[in-house]
Amino acid sequence: MTTGTAGGLTWSLRDRAPEDLALLADTPPADPSAWSDGSGVRVCVVDTGVECGHPSVGPVQGSYEVVPTADGSLHVVDSGPLPDGTGDGCGHGTACAGIVRRVAPGCDLYSVRVLGEGFTGSGDALLTGLRWAVDQGFDVVNLSLSTTRPKFLETLRSLADQAFFTGTTLVASAHNTPVESFPWRFSSVISVGTHREDDSGLFLYNPAPPVEFFAPGQNVQVAWTGGRTIRTTGNSFATPFISGMCARLLGSRPKLTPFQIKHALYLSAANVRIGAPGTRGES
Amino acid sequence: MSQSHGLVPATGVGPATRAGSAERDLLQSVVETARAIFGAAASSLLLHDEDADELVFQAVAGEGEESLVGSRFPAGRGLAGWVLVSGEPMVADDLRNQGMFARDVAQSTGYVPDALMAAPLAHRDRVLGVLEVLDPVEQSRSSLSELDLLALFARQAAAALAVVAERRGDATPSAVQARSLELVTALRDVLLDGMPPQGSHGS
Repeated sequence: MTTGTAGGLTWSLRDRAPEDLALLADTPPADPSAWSDGSGVRVCVVDTGVECGHPSVGPVQGSYEVVPTADGSLHVVDSGPLPDGTGDGCGHGTACAGIVRRVAPGCDLYSVRVLGEGFTGSGDALLTGLRWAVDQGFDVVNLSLSTTRPKFLETLRSLADQAFFTGTTLVASAHNTPVESFPWRFSSVISVGTHREDDSGLFLYNPAPPVEFFAPGQNVQVAWTGGRTIRTTGNSFATPFISGMCARLLGSRPKLTPFQIKHALYLSAANVRIGAPGTRGES
Repeated sequence: MSQSHGLVPATGVGPATRAGSAERDLLQSVVETARAIFGAAASSLLLHDEDADELVFQAVAGEGEESLVGSRFPAGRGLAGWVLVSGEPMVADDLRNQGMFARDVAQSTGYVPDALMAAPLAHRDRVLGVLEVLDPVEQSRSSLSELDLLALFARQAAAALAVVAERRGDATPSAVQARSLELVTALRDVLLDGMPPQGSHGS
């Protein structure tokens, strides 16, 4: 098999010299308080849609939704701005978008609806919307969703890998109950759960993954349908906090890769301190 | 919001509306137990009518008990809709101040909850419906551990429902009822043991 990548590389470096692979990279800024407001960074919320015009969400640069075709297959269409009652029947996507906006007020927000009326529990719609978002090359994709269905496992893993290698940072929510679900379990994504601390800016790295980061998600005020807000709890709402932080990082250093972003979050987490060189463990 | 988004009388004959006496007893036991566990003003159980793609109130304990059973609304809408489509439990507070439910449930029942916990009735890889707890005691609100508890109970209830469905054809109703109620009662005993005293359910 001679499968190659977009850059023409195969399984080993052939017909090229190291100087042919020169790259210009960014290093992440150390202090999170110095990270940008996310300006210029495109964040896509894959969820139940986003209510355009919600005061906590602000401008939404694009609204898309998964729809069935005549032959039953699914594809993504531009739905245009959708107001109260049609943009997001559940409120969940609007809540996530509002949190991204709060954390990274300058970012460009996009929405693709994969759940809600007409798509009750359809993993196929989730896959279609996520594939579309990865193909669009969004800088950050927020996925406060997961599926427990094993039949979607390999496709999701492939999509997560595609995102990882093409520069899309996929931020995925851990399930709220201790069940097996995906794609948050994959190492190629940034997985998020909630902590219980009363600190709206605190995020932590989990030294015992698979869930890698903990962020504010308990008792948080979030945007909801009809221009309203509610107070709620769940990993779903910790995830867009980290998505927003990713957007802020990328706004400061646009060339950061997904693995650099995860590294920067790791080093910036409140519970991580830099040890003396050459030491291991608790030192 | 269009009229179709509000509650309408149950007129469908889909699977979610065909609860027999064993199912009715089981469902009522589930909501009464959930209400007791969380010291709630009400608890309701909604099943997903897949043919109509609607959620149907099948059992209610407390506020709305007289009027809600049989009502239905489009699946995939509102807090219960989110729980159904995502398979994730959820807790929400400050609903009364925000006017939540004013156009849906509350207009039909005259009761406006301030807080709501909801968990999926998940069995294997299917979500059969949603178990809701309205206005639980203050210490149950916005708490991850309480949400875990509701999710655990909802999963048990879903398993019992599945037992009823699977054995409907090969066991007598009384045997099915006895086995299912036994399951729910056993879990109730476990959950209520050591729970904090139940006080007022808040405003």
